[in-house]
Amino acid sequence: MDLLTAVFVAPFLDMAGSPVFLAEVVIVGVLTGVMYSLVALGFVLIFKASGVFNFAQGVMVLFAALTLVGLMERGVPVWLAILMTILVMIGLAFAIERFMLRHLVNQEPIILFMATIGLAFVLEGVGETLWGSNVKALDVGIPNASFEVGGILLNEFDLFAAASCAVLVAVLAVFFHYTTIGRALRAVADDHQAALSVGIPLKTIWVIVWSVAGFVGLVAGIMWGARSGVQFSLSLIALKALPVLILGGFTSVPGAIVGGLIIGVGEKIAEIYWGPLLGGAIENWFAYMLALVFLVFRPQGLFGERIIERV
Amino acid sequence: MKLRNLTLSLVGLSLVGAAAGAAGSLVTTAAFAQAEQFFPMLVYRTGPYAPSGIPVANGFRDYYTLINERDGGINGVKITFEECETKYNTKLGVECYEKLKNKGPTGATLVNPFSTGITYQLIPKAPVDEVPILSMGYGRTAAADGRVFEWIFNFPATYWSQASAFVRYVAQQEGGEANLKGKKIAHVYHNSAYGKEANATLEVLAKKYGFELTLLAVDHPGQEQKSTWLQVRRLKPDWIFMSGWGVMNQVAVKEAAAINYPMDHFVGNWWSGSDADVIPAGDGSIGYKSTAFHGAGTGWPVHQDIIKYVYGGDEAKAKENNIGEVLYNRTIVNAMFGVEAVRTAQGKFGNKPLTGKQVRWGLENLNITKARLKELGMEGFMKPLKVTCRDHETGGSVIIQQWDGKKWSFSSDWIPPISEVVRPMIEEAAAAYAKENNITPRSC
Repeated sequence: MDLLTAVFVAPFLDMAGSPVFLAEVVIVGVLTGVMYSLVALGFVLIFKASGVFNFAQGVMVLFAALTLVGLMERGVPVWLAILMTILVMIGLAFAIERFMLRHLVNQEPIILFMATIGLAFVLEGVGETLWGSNVKALDVGIPNASFEVGGILLNEFDLFAAASCAVLVAVLAVFFHYTTIGRALRAVADDHQAALSVGIPLKTIWVIVWSVAGFVGLVAGIMWGARSGVQFSLSLIALKALPVLILGGFTSVPGAIVGGLIIGVGEKIAEIYWGPLLGGAIENWFAYMLALVFLVFRPQGLFGERIIERV
Repeated sequence: MKLRNLTLSLVGLSLVGAAAGAAGSLVTTAAFAQAEQFFPMLVYRTGPYAPSGIPVANGFRDYYTLINERDGGINGVKITFEECETKYNTKLGVECYEKLKNKGPTGATLVNPFSTGITYQLIPKAPVDEVPILSMGYGRTAAADGRVFEWIFNFPATYWSQASAFVRYVAQQEGGEANLKGKKIAHVYHNSAYGKEANATLEVLAKKYGFELTLLAVDHPGQEQKSTWLQVRRLKPDWIFMSGWGVMNQVAVKEAAAINYPMDHFVGNWWSGSDADVIPAGDGSIGYKSTAFHGAGTGWPVHQDIIKYVYGGDEAKAKENNIGEVLYNRTIVNAMFGVEAVRTAQGKFGNKPLTGKQVRWGLENLNITKARLKELGMEGFMKPLKVTCRDHETGGSVIIQQWDGKKWSFSSDWIPPISEVVRPMIEEAAAAYAKENNITPRSC
């Protein structure tokens, strides 16, 4: 009986007893979820355009952030360093297309997935060799002060990150739905050979999409790197994006953002109100559990393309 | 024909000479090998914990090199060492140990696992392989009872002593032990065997002194901790103690600053108080404290010797290699313990390469006096200590260091642990281990 009360009654009484704190938990969850979406977006872009689950996306975030901070440490001004990093990520996209993807056209998705595992290790090694393994502080001038509004503590940095992500998602959604390149990207994702047969330049499309994913990785790297310093573990934030992808769908840009918000808010509420019952630190596995529940009822995710199998 | 013979003779002579030279070289190498003491180095220069692993590895390397370059080895016995990359991964760490344990003319001198997970795996191997383990300030706390853990040493302090010293420090700051009653203390810990080590001690002390303890776990790697700090914000603890590692530390310091938590009431353990932990948070980390058992910076003669003998006077290069950073200095202490254990053992067994068994004796009879610290260029850098058969932890005192935005400085006197609570817990845990593993404790 005590257990039932602790699980089904006490948390809700707690929420009702301090609504301001509950509001703060929800807001923090939303802002954290946006940060998850930022990482998930990189996965969605590449999956949408090539049907490849890019295992290297987390390492691309790390590589972009390492490059940026490495340039800044050598005295390059922030704006120029960002520009140069974008160019590096575009160069990387060219190299990936030239040396990896070109040789794997029309191969099974699992082959492409395995190739991205290899890519992750290569990027990890190259990044550490070029820029070292020490923690690097990243300060691109984003304000970081905290302030209270009606008893709720907000942080300027978190708000800035959320705004950046919202703009990025809006731009990408428009890009995918209303531009010729966007339609071409979706055609490539459906069928490589069919896309080639109607004159869609597969190589160019791949370079574009990997470049955009690299840019998204840079934005994610700046936001996460400014929080924790730029270091190897930045690549592990990809683990946070997986439940977001399962929930939101691997092919939907809005899905990534909605999925991120649900996971962000869900895990915070679970950790704070139910975590103490289970010894704490439940948010990581809770996010996956939540995603699995969605998977049972909607395998394609909330916004994923409907799976149609014809006999 | 004559010319041909002459040529052949010359070629033949050359070959014989070369062979003789090679043989001589082999003999010389063998002779050198006889006067070498091998130290295995389990390092993690890559992977998620590399920012901590790099200064650790550099500290060991530099101290061993210093002993060779300045002193010609330990009483004439040259130190040799080999690194093996563990990535802070327990499985890789055990593989590295197996790879290195038989190297050198007498096998591994001792092993510094520099990981609690690896230490736990190596503890049963130590008496079998006769390679002592020096898990300095980490690993299995119960190993402080040398009667049960003959081959394991964890001086100069353990996690349990550290937690109790932290509580004693809070009591000092609050005006006495009586004032602990009703205070709120939160322990933010890495959700791993290491992070949980201090929990039991804190729970016992909470009961004893009447403070309210809240345990807040953070999952690996700790990149995202908003939930933890929301709970801190609601709880409003008077003090926070943190047992973190890697990126968890940097994020925690930054989050604490973001919620305007008073940083001088936020105390990390000695694995949460390195330079890498505070730099990413910038000015927000000013005032943050951590426990320590040695100094930070380069203000001791040993550092000047390293710059002179290891880096040829190039201070900038020494800085690039982390000299003076907290974790670098920690391994200077660690490497010194190993070297001095060999030196102590040489006093009994002679100035020659020693086996692990002989070095174990050296570790158990180690006596680092104040005078010896001065000779080593470490006066004031750490506390003197004396190991005994019964006590492999020695004093267990810690000191509090504080970050001022540029450097760490001591901000307290040495704080002894609450031994009347901690030592019985250690002996109880050691006795349980002995029972589980059919070990008959030594009587000493």
